[in-house]
Amino acid sequence: MLWACLLLPHLALDGVLRRRPASDTPLVLVSGSAQARTLFAVNAAARAAGLYRGQRLTAAQALLGQFDVVAYDAEASARWHRLLAAWAYRYSANVVLLPHAIVLEVSKSLGLFGPWPRFEARLREDLAALGFRHRIAMAPTAQAAYVLAGVHDGLAVSTDDTLQQALAAVALRHARLPGDAASALAAMGIRTLGQLLRLPRNGLQRRFGVGLLEYLDRLTGAGPELMKEYRPPDTLDLRMEWTHEIEHVEPLMFPLRRLVGDLAAYLAGRDGGVQRFVIELEHRDAPPTRVVVGLLGAEREAALLFDCARGRLERQQLPQPVVAMRLLARELPPFVPAGRDLFDTAPAHAMPLEQLRERLRARLGERAIAQWRRTIDPRPEHAQTTAVQASAPTGIDTLPRPTWLLDRPTPLRGPAPTILAGPERLETGWWDGGDLRRDYYVVRTRAGQRAWVYCAPGESGHWMLHGWFA
Amino acid sequence: MGNVLALAALLEGRRVWRGHAAPVPAGEQPTGWPALDAALPGGGWPTAALTEILLPADGVGELQLVLPTLARHTQAGRAVMVIAPPYVPCVPGWEARGVVMSRVDVVSAEPRDALWAAEQCLRSGSCAAVLAWPEHADDRALRRLQVAADTGKALALVFRDRRHAAQASPAALRLELETQPALQVRVRKCRGGNAPAQPVPLNPDGW
Repeated sequence: MLWACLLLPHLALDGVLRRRPASDTPLVLVSGSAQARTLFAVNAAARAAGLYRGQRLTAAQALLGQFDVVAYDAEASARWHRLLAAWAYRYSANVVLLPHAIVLEVSKSLGLFGPWPRFEARLREDLAALGFRHRIAMAPTAQAAYVLAGVHDGLAVSTDDTLQQALAAVALRHARLPGDAASALAAMGIRTLGQLLRLPRNGLQRRFGVGLLEYLDRLTGAGPELMKEYRPPDTLDLRMEWTHEIEHVEPLMFPLRRLVGDLAAYLAGRDGGVQRFVIELEHRDAPPTRVVVGLLGAEREAALLFDCARGRLERQQLPQPVVAMRLLARELPPFVPAGRDLFDTAPAHAMPLEQLRERLRARLGERAIAQWRRTIDPRPEHAQTTAVQASAPTGIDTLPRPTWLLDRPTPLRGPAPTILAGPERLETGWWDGGDLRRDYYVVRTRAGQRAWVYCAPGESGHWMLHGWFA
Repeated sequence: MGNVLALAALLEGRRVWRGHAAPVPAGEQPTGWPALDAALPGGGWPTAALTEILLPADGVGELQLVLPTLARHTQAGRAVMVIAPPYVPCVPGWEARGVVMSRVDVVSAEPRDALWAAEQCLRSGSCAAVLAWPEHADDRALRRLQVAADTGKALALVFRDRRHAAQASPAALRLELETQPALQVRVRKCRGGNAPAQPVPLNPDGW
């Protein structure tokens, strides 16, 4: 077993920063009660001004005149954590959430994603694109990877011998020992994990209980690792809020791009697609505006999803300024990538047909694109449909049919036409009350048009125009 | 001279008019009407360009002219877009001409959006042919379609009323359908050659 640990030291802060445009304004997260607010995290600009984690907010305000204050939200932080786990799930089936870290089993993934350096570069690239700072380490046990990621970014240990060496050098205060063992051991003069591992086990058990020994066994791989594996949820609910109010649709594109990007990352991890999702725009005191994005088929391409969502959002009238955006995806059907021909003759820069269709639907409406197909009904009004489920009959021979059909028949005006063919009697429809009894003729008008007309049986005259042989 | 063009390619592309009749090369986009192919300088539709078809009225046989081409493309698995047609395509009639209807997308759009949709489809490069009925399109709009057809290497077929024949058009090929004495096609303009003086008769099935 090989475990990679992705340590996320700035999870809460990155979760806040990634939904704002990049800027150099000092920003701090604060936590604690209203009387004793302390800084929970500070960004680079704020740190340069002398602010640090754990400082009182009043002290920080004395140091720096102007900085953004955001309340720390543990729930939001946990949500980012789960989202990243969903992303990591695309690389491994064994994903475990640890505090401020994600651990995944990679020995089987390496065969698919290349040797470790390439795989590691890929993980870093993805995390950077998602906007999370990170430290990565690999080790034969999950706990060791977790410890080593905190000590040495980029360390990769693959055998037990090198693991012993790497662990021996780790200072005890970085070893994430359970309870208060670290301070007690420091008082005894034990500084590194190497020294601790050489101590007699029964002596340790007497002083610190069985918990410490079990932890050390998990660290070195001598004992079993019992961890709760992450399972991706079946629905996705992402939310992003901001402190100011957005009054126009145009600035909503930035948060929208982030949300849809997160959705795409989640879908790729789950190897699924999305066919329908809802964007809710929340207002201060009005019910949220719901924008439903429906697609023709299951998709998961971030650019395509963003294109569709943008098209629908741009047509939206905002009744009030928007303070938060939420993305809900409940139906996540399996995704089947479209087959492509290796020797495709289409131009190299061609936009896939699915994407073209979605773009047209985004602007022209959900029902703007239709494919007509035959039905088994002989009545011209019901002989074709745009419904998807209709089963296409085969081998029905009819007399020649026109190429254009009028939505509803209209009287044929002008001088009397010349009859070219007919009559063909259509007399049916008793089963649904749509009875019709007509004689159809093919006629040529004086202007040279060939028309498909009908009249009541036995008559000839009072022509009703129903189609053109165009 | 940073950009050297082969003379032969220039002549074959029919961008240079030579004054005398050149031998007709095999067309890349045959219309499916041998008499018309023989009369057109490219041996068929101009590839990746706009073709304008002028009609005296709806229903004179304008689809007969293009359905063989649509049948060829849809049978080869290429997509065809029909943008805002004046009537509903009648499936049995199209299928009788060999068109695979599952490859034909009918787009319904307002006149203002129809041009936009046609341009998107042409530009995308994923459609073999795009049919459009621009009623109030001006010279600029048609030029946009021409450029889009060139970008996406698609066949743009636009149908307009005969009264637009007097206006100049950026289309590479302009055909006018005439119904007297019988259905015939008059070539109004064709890129890369003289328009034939005589109209080309079409005799659609039987009647």
